[in-house]
Amino acid sequence: MKELLIISGKGGTGKTSITGAFAALTNNKVIVDCDVDASNLHLLLDAEEKERHEFYGGKIPVINQEKCVRCGKCQEFCRFSAIENFQVVSHSCEGCLACYHLCPVGAIEVRDRLSGHWFVSDTPYGPLVHARLGVAEENSGKLVSRVRKAAREIAETNGFQMIITDGPPGIGCPVISSLSGVDLALVVTEPTISGIHDLKRVLQVTRHFDIQAMVCINKYDIDLETASQIEQFCQKQGIEVAGRLDFDADITKAMVEGKNIITAYPDSKLAHQIFMLWERVSAKINN
Amino acid sequence: MIVAIASGKGGTGKTTVAANLINSLSGMNIQAVDCDVEEPNLHLFLEPEITYKRESTVLVPEIDKEKCSFCGKCSEVCSFNALTVLKTDVLVFPELCHSCGACSSLCPEGAIKEIKRSIGQVERGKTGKVPFIHGIINPGEAFVPPLIRDLKKEIDRTKDVIIDAPPGTSCPVVETIDDCDFVLLVTEPTPFGLNDLRLAVEMCKKLNLPAGIVVNRWGIGNADVIDYANEEGIPVLLKIPFSEDFARLYARGQLITDEYPEWKERFSCLWADIRRAVEE
Repeated sequence: MKELLIISGKGGTGKTSITGAFAALTNNKVIVDCDVDASNLHLLLDAEEKERHEFYGGKIPVINQEKCVRCGKCQEFCRFSAIENFQVVSHSCEGCLACYHLCPVGAIEVRDRLSGHWFVSDTPYGPLVHARLGVAEENSGKLVSRVRKAAREIAETNGFQMIITDGPPGIGCPVISSLSGVDLALVVTEPTISGIHDLKRVLQVTRHFDIQAMVCINKYDIDLETASQIEQFCQKQGIEVAGRLDFDADITKAMVEGKNIITAYPDSKLAHQIFMLWERVSAKINN
Repeated sequence: MIVAIASGKGGTGKTTVAANLINSLSGMNIQAVDCDVEEPNLHLFLEPEITYKRESTVLVPEIDKEKCSFCGKCSEVCSFNALTVLKTDVLVFPELCHSCGACSSLCPEGAIKEIKRSIGQVERGKTGKVPFIHGIINPGEAFVPPLIRDLKKEIDRTKDVIIDAPPGTSCPVVETIDDCDFVLLVTEPTPFGLNDLRLAVEMCKKLNLPAGIVVNRWGIGNADVIDYANEEGIPVLLKIPFSEDFARLYARGQLITDEYPEWKERFSCLWADIRRAVEE
């Protein structure tokens, strides 16, 4: 079984659109959306929710107002300024429970913290596992792990050989959690000064975790000079540019129609370019 | 007044708006802050001269094996599995540590002290006359909020502060926007833009922060974001049209407000609208 992850560093380069297209180009796989913060992939795949699960990411302390003697020890100690007026400020609380351990009168209770939900949906392209982290919640990395675990289980049960994952932007904990153990990371970039800057950083992360990477330059024709700089950089780093996609308004048109580009505009130039990208990527990952 | 520029969806134009806003207000008493420490980009547009750099550190436990009785209390109180106590050894996993201080406070032998570990850098400088600060997390570091917290200590509250926030709605963004006066949400008029705008608005409500919207790339997609904004009673303060010209300027790290000075007026009006909203 192979796992392909699509990441970018910089947001808005086209990860979800490309993942949605890949979903339409191959069978016998599980599709995953690991952008648990702001998940969008289901909007392209005609998804119908079949399962909904609660996700408890950690613990949260609750101060029992009757037992509390207002000594202030918890408030004074808390490193995250998560206690105010002897109440826990949930969006600041990291769930360390130092307050619970330090309270001299045992006035703090520990509860499971509902951090979000994860879902399994049916799509015409196969099962989709996705999630929604609660707003202002922590533990996005843990929710990513839970989603990936569910995807692997579905793949095993059905004898699927591939998991295709839409990753989050950035390089922090949800990205790192998405990356571990994948067979190939496809990094989608754009030919802009921000794109090339962020590409360099995300490739440092894939190297740090020893994950094979390929690059796709999306919206290639915005700036041919910067596109060329990216090509040269990748060549120097020994990283293959697996695809070059032109900017095309069809991708937004398809999105507005609630479809991926392959399903909506299969004869478009962009659909053809993505098909070629998929050929290179699947050849590499199955090698 | 501290204004954060956030979005929900990545790539909607937060940095574009932040950079052009700062460029339009450069004669005023402002400070530019880039809190997207994972992928900082604001400096690419404002080209600050960096005059000061320092490491940003977090505290992690160090065990004095002479004093340690291997009782296991530290591991028991650690909520993040950052400590494992064996028969005659204690393993620390600093990359899992959240620096909460529980282990060192609760060790019955006083065998734990906290030492500094670098997670990135904080840099200060000036772009023209405007003071500029940003943070850069070391690639491979998972926990981002501590660097943002550290960076925010450099905010000068005697000035009007413009913060370029990271994308999303989880802990790095919450850390960034938490004590701000106003959140300017940049969206795009597409289904993805709207989907994530809803989450971002929910985040602002949860944090009890007033918000306003900028629609970037107006003209692609549809007008659903405007309908949504009206339903929620959130003002749409600016629409930036989709333009291949603007895209090309952005690609080269150039500012709309330099190329088209009439846009300075539009961004200045945006600022005035924000100030009015905050004062109400």
